[in-house]
Amino acid sequence: MFEQIIITIATAATPLLIAAIGELVVERSGVLNLGVEGMMIMGAVTGFAIAFTTGSPWLGLVAAIIVGALFSLLFAFLTLTLVTNQVATGLALTLLGLGLSGMIGESFTGLPGIKLPVLYIPFLSDLPFVGKLIFGQDPVFYLSIVLTGCVAWFLFRTRAGLTLRSVGDNHASAHALGINVIMIRYLAVMFGGACAGAAGGYLSLLYTPQWIENMTAGRGWIALALVVFASWRPWRVLAGAYLFGAVSIGQLHAQALGFGLPSQFLSSLPYLATIVVLVLISRNRRLTMINTPASLGRPFVPDR
Amino acid sequence: MKKTLLSMAVAAAALSLGTLAAEAKVKACFIYVGPIGDFGWSYQHHQGALEMQEALGGESEVELAYLESVPEGADSERALERFARSGCNIIFTTSFGYMDATNAIAGKFPDVKFEHATGYKREHPNVATYNSKFHEGRYVQGVIAANLSEAGVAGYIASFPIPEVVMGINAFLLGAQSVNPDFAVKVVWANTWFDPGKEADAAKALIDQGVDIITQHTDSTAPMQVAAERGIKAFGQASDMIKFGPETQLTSIIDDWGHYYTERVKAVIDGTWEQVDVWEGMAEEHVVMAEYTNMPDDVKAQAEKVEESIKSGAFDPFTGPVNKQDGSAWLAEGEVADPGVLLGMNFYVEGVDDTLPQ
Repeated sequence: MFEQIIITIATAATPLLIAAIGELVVERSGVLNLGVEGMMIMGAVTGFAIAFTTGSPWLGLVAAIIVGALFSLLFAFLTLTLVTNQVATGLALTLLGLGLSGMIGESFTGLPGIKLPVLYIPFLSDLPFVGKLIFGQDPVFYLSIVLTGCVAWFLFRTRAGLTLRSVGDNHASAHALGINVIMIRYLAVMFGGACAGAAGGYLSLLYTPQWIENMTAGRGWIALALVVFASWRPWRVLAGAYLFGAVSIGQLHAQALGFGLPSQFLSSLPYLATIVVLVLISRNRRLTMINTPASLGRPFVPDR
Repeated sequence: MKKTLLSMAVAAAALSLGTLAAEAKVKACFIYVGPIGDFGWSYQHHQGALEMQEALGGESEVELAYLESVPEGADSERALERFARSGCNIIFTTSFGYMDATNAIAGKFPDVKFEHATGYKREHPNVATYNSKFHEGRYVQGVIAANLSEAGVAGYIASFPIPEVVMGINAFLLGAQSVNPDFAVKVVWANTWFDPGKEADAAKALIDQGVDIITQHTDSTAPMQVAAERGIKAFGQASDMIKFGPETQLTSIIDDWGHYYTERVKAVIDGTWEQVDVWEGMAEEHVVMAEYTNMPDDVKAQAEKVEESIKSGAFDPFTGPVNKQDGSAWLAEGEVADPGVLLGMNFYVEGVDDTLPQ
């Protein structure tokens, strides 16, 4: 039972983590993309549709990633090339994604999906207690942890990461140094889109393997909030996603056990707990200021 | 020039043909709270609408219009007004939260008929209300659950503490207790009608705590899928969810709005439409049980018997003696609950292991 609960928590946290890590990179480059929910739902519908028609959930996941990236390209073109307002464009992307996915997915409603298989290593996965936790989870779970590590390493240990952060901190200076601000932002936005697409695919291929309209149910917005409350640090995003997942699942158990606490309070607990903990972690204002991308959401028009 | 004239003539002809084709006898309009692809509440209303159109002779007879995912409250008033102005003869508003908007717009358009689902306000003669006795199906589910559960406890995924949901939990438990007086229900409030992930998590939590039957009053198919994966049994909700658990679904309460919509739209065509307040259940086939599956024949027979007795009117799920949760008497021996009390139900019956959120 205990290991099942931990696996349930990991399943709840993984889509949030993947989407939030993607958005973290986008925001570190100075772009605010509020379209996470829209890209996620496009990933979910594509993942399901491709898995259902080809019979391969793996192809579905790859397609979800590609479509997420392509969909974000629309945002990138509008905000970076045509310099539209990022907030409005991001919201529009969410609305477009929700509507478009409903239309695409109409014929896939009410069909059972195909689930991505979980990892199985003979002997190791059968170990008591730790076997399933360490060697028997779904493949995307492992990828999400590796992804967090890679992004942390990339941002803070590589030259390219430094360049990306400099673009997010002061795009005018970065431009003056000869860095191609627009190109870097295009790449960052597409990475964010790919991650959101993968998170969506995770929902329709693993979390609840089916397609239902609007099935992301606000997870894109939670991912967005996690990035801010984690003050743009990858490992804190991971901590936040898992804390949110743990409290979400924990409150359901508390209800089933019948502790007698009001269910409305318990339902709001994941949000409260995550905000409180992440704000406490990030309470050093000076460090938080350093971590905040100073050019976040500001339009950039090269002067020459 | 000649060419332009010709194409204009063609266009004009096409236009007149178009209007001819659209000359249906009646225009029926529907407002849904969710997407028609939710495979639950709104989906079933839309199926009912399509069935009505088919039954009354198809597109040439009935023009159908609908709006999906209309938020409850002020937005719905604008949607309703737009519908009323666009020539709808009858408008169905299919969620509780449209109640005030429906009545407000009905006052402005006395020639248009309004039908509000699950509400109770009829402020104008052109407003009717309709609802279904879903709790009758819940009682039958309780009977089945108590027969099959080895743990003696079922998991109940609830949405919001409104009378309809509370009524469902009570009816389910009363059904179960008619078989096993010690039967218990674990209730988890998801605080949403629709969030597949959260509903799945709730199902997992309940199963991890040892329930071996799941029932839900939320709208997605996710709990059924979880139950199938974990190898326990479950009941579907709103529509037949057998595809999501061929070896899991015991039965499902299917909302069947088709007859009612057909009857009411036909009344508009015939000019016999009158204000009504309809609350019908199994007897009128508003509430239909999906095929009883994945259970032994004797349990199936018992379920069918209970269903039959409710259908025939011989038995009401809320028949005394029934005590409230705190042990105080509610219904005396043989007493049947007053519909008004049921429609405003805000208390649990004895045996529910949960504190009702107020």
